[in-house]
Amino acid sequence: MYEFKYHRPGTVRQAANLLVKNEDAKLIAGGHTLVPVMKQRLASPPHLVDLSHIEGLDTIEMKGRSLVIGATAKHAEVANSAVVGEAIPALAELAGMIGDPAVRHRGTIGGSLANNDPTADYPAAVLALGATIVTNKRRLKAEEYFQGLFTTALEADEIITKVMFPLPKKAAYVKFRNQASRYALVGVFVAKRPSDVRVAVTGAGSDGVFRVTAFEEALKKRFSHKVLDGIAVPADGLNSDLHGSAEYRAHLIGVLTRRAVEAANAKD
Amino acid sequence: MAKISMIVNGNPVNANVDPRTLLVQFLRENLRLTGTHVGCDTSQCGACVVHLDGKAVKSCTTLAVMADGHEVKTIEGLASDGAPLHPMQEAFREHHGLQCGFCTPGMIMTAVDLVHRKGHDLSDEVIREELEGNLCRCTGYQNIVASIAAGAKAMAKLDLA
Repeated sequence: MYEFKYHRPGTVRQAANLLVKNEDAKLIAGGHTLVPVMKQRLASPPHLVDLSHIEGLDTIEMKGRSLVIGATAKHAEVANSAVVGEAIPALAELAGMIGDPAVRHRGTIGGSLANNDPTADYPAAVLALGATIVTNKRRLKAEEYFQGLFTTALEADEIITKVMFPLPKKAAYVKFRNQASRYALVGVFVAKRPSDVRVAVTGAGSDGVFRVTAFEEALKKRFSHKVLDGIAVPADGLNSDLHGSAEYRAHLIGVLTRRAVEAANAKD
Repeated sequence: MAKISMIVNGNPVNANVDPRTLLVQFLRENLRLTGTHVGCDTSQCGACVVHLDGKAVKSCTTLAVMADGHEVKTIEGLASDGAPLHPMQEAFREHHGLQCGFCTPGMIMTAVDLVHRKGHDLSDEVIREELEGNLCRCTGYQNIVASIAAGAKAMAKLDLA
């Protein structure tokens, strides 16, 4: 790991000022992506701005008809939150499937979303549920937020403060893990929302998280796994590597979407 | 350099460290608490698990500066020298939950955290699921699972949450 200067701001405003003042500064919260990447010398930020001691940035609460999760809420806190379990149980389950127990004690939702790893779990939930990413500057809709591999709409001095999830009628997340790394080889989040159905896929796309509109249209007419029979997902644009071919991933997307729809319907 | 202070195994510790010092390096090299091991150094194997504010974390993926002002417990903090072993340590000894012993400190710290979170009556299924972040190359896990189940029950008798 290369040298850096460590900063511990007490407020989001202070953190933003540190980002403006120090070029190429990076934010850190749980550090469970950034620290490994720095150890491999794939990143060498000269300044680290630690968000983990900003009070109130990890609050989980219902506000009106939305579930609001603070950026530094840890995966274990989301997984075990009674508020999340009541509002969107599928989201609590997803958080409980990330990494392992020790990782879940450190990793944060804001960190996962800011990094936008193409195999991360949270992006699928945020896109399928139609969540809004709130920053110190503005509100970003999920569709405009995710912009490809490890790429988001965030500007250099922009900080995620919270994520607002509108409540779905039904939802479920199903993930097929890589047997060694346990990351999602393919993960599918299905959300039946008041006005439409969304199917978001992580792990498979060569450009990161994406929606399967053919599935969405069929499921909007009738929310049953049976309507997916005969609809194939094209392998174009899917990852192909030693863990699985693009065709295999395309097949998995169909299988996991069916399972997710069944799981969502079983929650009634 | 950065000034840090934290409570380690109940004792206040102050130091001046390079900010890139990992918590595991700080524990092993500055404090000479070498019971916490570095296995994979990539947050997968769990040999470096310690408790940070009472929760199991991987100290190879945590910066020492991030633990500034917090409380850390390592395997050395479970039972003092010469005192009887912690019931989870004793269960690993009794049930042969180790062979080479390299993963054991992390296994035990993970197991104690598991009991804190899920109680004393742990099914094999729960224990295996919860050990997802701890790798052992020797035992095949069978005796580790048996040790944790027994250790969890023994902790209840001693009223250790």
